[in-house]
Amino acid sequence: MAITKQIGIQSVADEERTVPAIAVENVHKSFGRQCVLDGVSLAVSRGETLAVLGRSGTGKSVLLRLIVGLEVPDSGFVRMHGQDIAGLSLDRLGEIRNKVGFLFQHAALYDSLTVEQNVAFPLQHHASGMSAAAQRDRVCRLLAEVGMGGHQGKMPSDISGGMQKRVGLARALALEPDILLLDEPTAGLDPISSSEIDDLVLKLQSEHHMASIVVTHDLHSAKTIADRLILLDKGKVVIEGSFKELQSSDDAFVMRFLKHSQESVCPERQG
Amino acid sequence: MSARGGGSAASGVAQPQIIGVDAAPSMLDPAKNVFTGFLEWFGELTLFAWRVAQAALTPPYEFGELIRQLDEVGSKSLPLVALAGAAIGVVLSLESRQSLTRFGAKSMLPAALVYSVVHEIGPIITALVVSGRVGAGIGAELASMKVTEQIDAIEVSAVNPYRLLAATRVAACTLMLPLLTLAADFCGLLMGWVALALVEPLSFHQFITSGFKGSGFSDFLPPTFKTAVFGLIIGLVSCFQGMRTRGGAAGVGRAATSSVVLSSLFVILADVVLVKFIIIFFP
Repeated sequence: MAITKQIGIQSVADEERTVPAIAVENVHKSFGRQCVLDGVSLAVSRGETLAVLGRSGTGKSVLLRLIVGLEVPDSGFVRMHGQDIAGLSLDRLGEIRNKVGFLFQHAALYDSLTVEQNVAFPLQHHASGMSAAAQRDRVCRLLAEVGMGGHQGKMPSDISGGMQKRVGLARALALEPDILLLDEPTAGLDPISSSEIDDLVLKLQSEHHMASIVVTHDLHSAKTIADRLILLDKGKVVIEGSFKELQSSDDAFVMRFLKHSQESVCPERQG
Repeated sequence: MSARGGGSAASGVAQPQIIGVDAAPSMLDPAKNVFTGFLEWFGELTLFAWRVAQAALTPPYEFGELIRQLDEVGSKSLPLVALAGAAIGVVLSLESRQSLTRFGAKSMLPAALVYSVVHEIGPIITALVVSGRVGAGIGAELASMKVTEQIDAIEVSAVNPYRLLAATRVAACTLMLPLLTLAADFCGLLMGWVALALVEPLSFHQFITSGFKGSGFSDFLPPTFKTAVFGLIIGLVSCFQGMRTRGGAAGVGRAATSSVVLSSLFVILADVVLVKFIIIFFP
């Protein structure tokens, strides 16, 4: 019995090591005649952070929406923990989505709910076994974790963009996901708020050990929080590797992207 | 024309050019596009209605949100509906009195008033007022949620937006319309009597007794409950227009306007059909 259990645990551990948490395989997506993604493939394992870089309109956000099932690929596969999400029933897709935390570009907080109610929303719908007091405790803990303790009663319209992103992060973490998707977490923020968000993502990463994909324009942020980067252009992956590998690339587009990104980063961020 | 000419030359056969042949299809194109567009819209609306019905009939049920929407649609529309009903009652009373006096049928005034208000004016005025207030509200709120990715956030949280947002609003409109109609009917008759009593002495009891003389439940129930269909139309069309919005603030504005226009239009069309049905089944 003990041996069977041990083998079971080992096989789960092996599966975690061999099957990536997120796998995108040769995905194509077009809107009308406009091809947004043209054969994109990537894989992210648990505990790893991948940054997706690229110019505006190269399909970075569409890639995240495909991963979470908000869009359907024209061809190719999206797998979460080895499970192809295409054609899944709403219930099964819901089970998978419960393991995914998603931070939208503009936080997408529910504007009719308070900060506390926003973070409690996933718990109210999916943690029915949890008492109201336990839910409140968890919300308080999450808000404290993202530095938003004491703002529970405020409405989203009464807090700044950076604070909204923090609340969005707390909401994304409510169900203890093992996959975290961040769409432009530092976009539109001042350099100090951007650094704070980067630090927060790093802290959450080390504590929760999730597989993360960060879509960003911000090269400094990508360099800080990601283990690996990919650069998209015209719907294709131009390069994939560490920041150093990107820097040493002799591809004209990569060089141009890095040059302009570094020029646009303000001195405080360059540190 | 030049392309056609080229085509003929290429085939080696000299074709006589018919003036106006090119113009005919292009003149029909806009009408064809409108028709195709309407069919597409109607198909999408039917699919949407099916998804909402599925979401509404299967657990888990969103009772908290339903109660919030019942309050939003019902209690918050009550003052406006009551005011509209009262105004219509006064106008109808004054106008009818003059006409009926001219034909020597002044004694028929209470019955004419009750019949007009309960059968048609109360239900349709209630539906149009709710369509304006609630339809615009639902359309704009859902459209705003759509363009700010709040609906996507709900979906990513593994909560069915059709269940949480659409089914609750559609159910609230369907349940509240008959109750609001009763309120509009009551205010219309009350103020109709007040307007009449100011001109000639008539007690409310006399007015009601004379008004409802010869009326049965079949005169009263079908016209009141047909407004549940109006509520269904207002809820469905407004939620649909809101949740399919694209394009920022302009899209939100368009969704609010189209919610009101389309739901009012479909309420009036449905009324034509329902009146015919009521006449057939409750003669």
